[in-house]
Amino acid sequence: MTAKLVIIGNGMAGAKLLEELNSAEHHYDITVFGNEPYGNYNRIMLSPLLAGEKTLNDIMIFDHSWYQANGITLHAGSEKAIVEIDRIHKQVITQDGEKTPYDRLVIATGSNPFMLPVDGIDLDGVMSFRDIRDVENMISVASQHKKAVVIGAGLLGLEAAMGLCGRGMDVTVVHNNDIPLNRQLDQEAGKLLKQALETRGLHFKMNAKTQSIVGNKQVEKVCFMDGSELEADLVVMAIGIRPNIQLAQDCGLYCQKGIVVSDTLQTYDPSIYSLGECIEHRGDTFGLVAPLYDQAKVLANHLSEHGVAQFQTLPTATKLKVTGIHLFSVGNFLGTPNSECIYYRHTQQGIYKKIVIENNKIIGVVLYGDTQEGPFYHELLEAQTDIQAIRPYLMFGKALCQAQMEKAA
Amino acid sequence: MNILATSQDNNIQTKHTTCAYCGVGCGIEATINETERTLSVKGSDKHPANFGRLCSKGSALDQTVSLNGRLLEPKINNQVVSWDQALDKVANGFNDIIKQHGPDAVAFYVSGQLLTEDYYVANKLMKGYIGSGNIDTNSRLCMSSSVVGHKRAFGTDTVPGCYYDFEQAELITLVGSNTAWCHPVLFQRIKKYKEANPNVKVVVIDPRRTQTCDIADLHLPLNLGTDTWLFNGLLNSINQQNKIDSDYVQQHCDGLENAMSSAQQSAGNIKHLADTLGINEDDLKQFYSWFCDTEKSVTLYSQGVNQSSSGTDKVNSIINCHLATGRIGKPGMGPFSMTGQPNAMGGREVGGLANTLAAHMDFNDDNIQRVKTFWQAPNMATQNGLMAVDMFDAIDEGKIKAVWIMATNPVVSLPNADKVKRALEKCELVVVSDCVDQTDTGDLAHVKLPATGWSEKDGTITNSERRISRQRGLFPPACNAMHDWQIICDVAKRMGFSQGFNYQTQADIFREHADLSGFQNSENPHDKLRDFDISGLANISNDEYENLEAIQWPVNKEYPNGQARFFADGQFFTPNRKAKLLAIEPKLPKNLPSNDYPLRLNTGRIRDQWHTMTRTALAPQLNQHISQPFVEVHPKDAKVRGLSNGQLVKVHSKWGQMMAPVSINENSKVGDIFVPMHWTAQLSRTGRINPVVNPEVDAFSKQPESKHTPVQVTPFTANWFGFVLSRNPIEWPNCDYIVSAQGVLHNRIELAHGQALQNPSNDMLAWLGFKDKSSLQNQSLELLSFEDEALGLYRIALINTEGELQALAMIAPDMHLPERTWLASQFAKASLDDRARSALLSGYAPAGEDIGRIVCACFSVGEKTIEAAAKGGCSTPAMIGSKLKAGTNCGSCVPEIKGIIARC
Repeated sequence: MTAKLVIIGNGMAGAKLLEELNSAEHHYDITVFGNEPYGNYNRIMLSPLLAGEKTLNDIMIFDHSWYQANGITLHAGSEKAIVEIDRIHKQVITQDGEKTPYDRLVIATGSNPFMLPVDGIDLDGVMSFRDIRDVENMISVASQHKKAVVIGAGLLGLEAAMGLCGRGMDVTVVHNNDIPLNRQLDQEAGKLLKQALETRGLHFKMNAKTQSIVGNKQVEKVCFMDGSELEADLVVMAIGIRPNIQLAQDCGLYCQKGIVVSDTLQTYDPSIYSLGECIEHRGDTFGLVAPLYDQAKVLANHLSEHGVAQFQTLPTATKLKVTGIHLFSVGNFLGTPNSECIYYRHTQQGIYKKIVIENNKIIGVVLYGDTQEGPFYHELLEAQTDIQAIRPYLMFGKALCQAQMEKAA
Repeated sequence: MNILATSQDNNIQTKHTTCAYCGVGCGIEATINETERTLSVKGSDKHPANFGRLCSKGSALDQTVSLNGRLLEPKINNQVVSWDQALDKVANGFNDIIKQHGPDAVAFYVSGQLLTEDYYVANKLMKGYIGSGNIDTNSRLCMSSSVVGHKRAFGTDTVPGCYYDFEQAELITLVGSNTAWCHPVLFQRIKKYKEANPNVKVVVIDPRRTQTCDIADLHLPLNLGTDTWLFNGLLNSINQQNKIDSDYVQQHCDGLENAMSSAQQSAGNIKHLADTLGINEDDLKQFYSWFCDTEKSVTLYSQGVNQSSSGTDKVNSIINCHLATGRIGKPGMGPFSMTGQPNAMGGREVGGLANTLAAHMDFNDDNIQRVKTFWQAPNMATQNGLMAVDMFDAIDEGKIKAVWIMATNPVVSLPNADKVKRALEKCELVVVSDCVDQTDTGDLAHVKLPATGWSEKDGTITNSERRISRQRGLFPPACNAMHDWQIICDVAKRMGFSQGFNYQTQADIFREHADLSGFQNSENPHDKLRDFDISGLANISNDEYENLEAIQWPVNKEYPNGQARFFADGQFFTPNRKAKLLAIEPKLPKNLPSNDYPLRLNTGRIRDQWHTMTRTALAPQLNQHISQPFVEVHPKDAKVRGLSNGQLVKVHSKWGQMMAPVSINENSKVGDIFVPMHWTAQLSRTGRINPVVNPEVDAFSKQPESKHTPVQVTPFTANWFGFVLSRNPIEWPNCDYIVSAQGVLHNRIELAHGQALQNPSNDMLAWLGFKDKSSLQNQSLELLSFEDEALGLYRIALINTEGELQALAMIAPDMHLPERTWLASQFAKASLDDRARSALLSGYAPAGEDIGRIVCACFSVGEKTIEAAAKGGCSTPAMIGSKLKAGTNCGSCVPEIKGIIARC
């Protein structure tokens, strides 16, 4: 008899798992539950969607027919949202009461946007930037209103801000640090980025602490601790995400920040696996797509009973999806007391590069303006390659390093 | 020959002239654009010195005629003055000193780069009108030992043979001559001849393994200064093998017996001899047997022989062997002195040396009277004047109070050169005539007189084979420059000599010079007094002078079309018409290595530079092959001193010191080092070698011993090394080591310093003339920077608003900096593309663009290009040549190309 595999969540992680399973040999009868009405779409493409650079069609990965064609049952829509995992009977229960048994269960419930604990977050026009509905809302507000405030100058916040800006809104980005993207960039790159975004029409309010969001049903302004305020027809909250562990917690699975999984992505219930932004693995939680893909590979490997792969957290590189802005960041780009930095600057052309080295190994990289060699450095960082011999050439890229190594050999 | 062809475009003319550089004296066909003051050059097909060939230096003459750096106005204490003021200052200054202290308190120090006409009037003014013998010349440093050697053997300073002899000989022995680099065109002739005649043997006798060894069948790396033992040994061997031409010797030579006995005494035992020479006994025997067995034998010698405290004896030890075998003055036979300068021979002909009088006459009563009569001289000098080293010693001692230096740079070129500098610093009146404004010597002048330079000068020169050629003015004198002869005559007249210097043209001077050569010089070959006789040219018209074709002297009634060789007839110019073999007692160099100074310093030229680089360093393509001075050290000597290749070393002697990167190779023998003699204080902070060189001279010729000084070499620990390439000239930073070189559209400065920089990135900006980054913005310059503080790597580049490379600077804690070739080539690019910009600070071309260090200067072909061709199947220099053109012009890089092929 075919085993039943149930996947809760039809986001990036869930869909990648399907893809991986498809290319492996498996014997499952697969059922997927997603609480959005669509097939599977590329969530990281929401920014281009908002910016109008892509259409909904463009960002669809698997539409409904794909599931059919691959013999996968998809239950999509809010009424099919799973509300309970019944571990005793090995079944999941949807909003509308349907029970589906499983032999193996995968929880891929992703994350929820973190909302500031301030007054006014319930007002109309205050939203997160998480799914297609959010994008639709933003586009609709942008067509009627002028003033937007984006709280949070992380990747998502900046992408949302640039998207709204591109749709004609007067956007101010509010951030609790003095540079945007401070989790990815050092001061120098951050300043370049801020300048570049300002040139493109964005405003920044840095080192700001939001006190409250004020309005009468509809948001009107954002007030700050320093007494200042910003008019706002739209407030987008993009200050981070929290693993969505509600279901797992409710059914008694061991969770900390996220659903705790082993290196094979198994939860404390041997029948239940989990992956994506909802998990916690060796203390790490995840917010970027690359490790999710790795997790999908590992999990597919185990579900298809190959059973050899192990998930390992590697430094993840980040890119900002704003047209014409190239940045790349990976690893410990701020360095340690023992690390050494190599810099390249061509400020007038908006190029800044920094490679952080410790014990002859790359531990972090920030590239701004010219990110061509990012993957090369990432590779060296991941492989912990001893770069002593190529260090003088490192900044100038893979081709030169290879040529010099060949010459030396 | 069509001397002057005018094309349809009136601006474009073709003129035939001669090269500015070495003693080969090549003919040049120059195509001139007078309006733009530009020209292109090629070898004159018909000139008998080169038949169309030119070396890298000659080929780059077109790059040396710009007015950059020219002295174009007279200056007193570096302030521009009128010619009247300048000439009066010189004339009055000399007159005052002569009046107060006598004629021997003044001196002229002149040059083998003066034309014969200039030389003639300078000599006439000093020896006939001022009344002192104190005119000497930089030829003293070059071939004065040959002059004395010739005179001792032949009675006159006669070069017996001609270049054609090299193409008829069966044994060519090159002694103390890196012919390949110093006389490249003659070398190419020999090489081509040898290739066509594989039986011809070439022997190179040189302590160093030079590029000349490329064509050698045998290289004898004898110990420095031991040539007299070698040739005494050869004389022995000639005797032992019964190769003495008894008839010839008996009829035409004196002194064989004494010469033989000295030879026997000093070099009788071949084993001991090989030890003394420091060479393999079999090799020695091989050379001796080749010489003994080869009738057609030419022995070329150059500075390695002449620049020695026993230089004259060395010359005579060579001539002895040729006289003893009667191999002289016949096709393919003879000793041959190769001169270093374009007109060293012309200087000798006019007598512009302190120990000659005029026209191959020495100071004796008859000659003095004869010349006095001819010149109608009011104040005839009656004895030798002071020769170069002694002259500057006399300046140092205050005995000579006024000196006029023409077309030469003694602060760079004389031994113990810092003493020369000190002497000039305290001299009452220093006058310098030059075409270059700032030279190490000119910097010490009270009066600077702007002379015409090559391309403007117009007169005659004589090359090493006695061939007189016209060097023609291609452009009118630049700005206020005047010909040397005009300046000298003007000063003479202002000194009060109204007669004797009223020449209208240089042809007037030439006719007088030719006339003097025949004056009281019998037409009868049997009692002819002087070899130098060009009386056949004494009456040529101005037109004939203008169109004079290259001709070998003598030119007289007997030989109206010149004469290729002397002495085949055994008629010498001694009183008894016999040549003299000299008894040579070999002597070691004056100063021998000691515990403090255990190494022997040898000095010499490099391929693409000439003398003190005032002209060749203007040509970017000549600065590519070797762009910095260097100290060549044998690996064994390097090892005991802990030296690694390329690091900076100091060379010091009892007399002075210099500093340059060390080049570790086996070219020099263990215990010997070699340093090029070219670099000046204008081009380097520490690159002058002559302050280190001992001021010892040959007892007879007074030629300095520039090829042997005991020295020590010690490492210099630099905290960092760096270089700057800049479109605009920059001021030198305050660094321990600096060398600058002109490149195409940029200047290059190499740097190193003992102390760390406080803030390297800012310091580099400061070198380029910018206080800080904000001052860059004022000029809209883009700054690119790279820094790896932990490794000590700092690099910056500036790009201007047109997108052109403006400047770049790079430093590193060791000498392993990126190669400059590709970086330098970026200055010629109109706008740097992104690829080039992002590669710039790496120092490496984007793949495929880097050609490496320039090997072929003529066609600017780089080492990496040649390597690639060699790896791609070009297995001979000829194949490389047909593919890349490299080595197909002057050919002097062919040995290097061979080396590259061998290692690929």
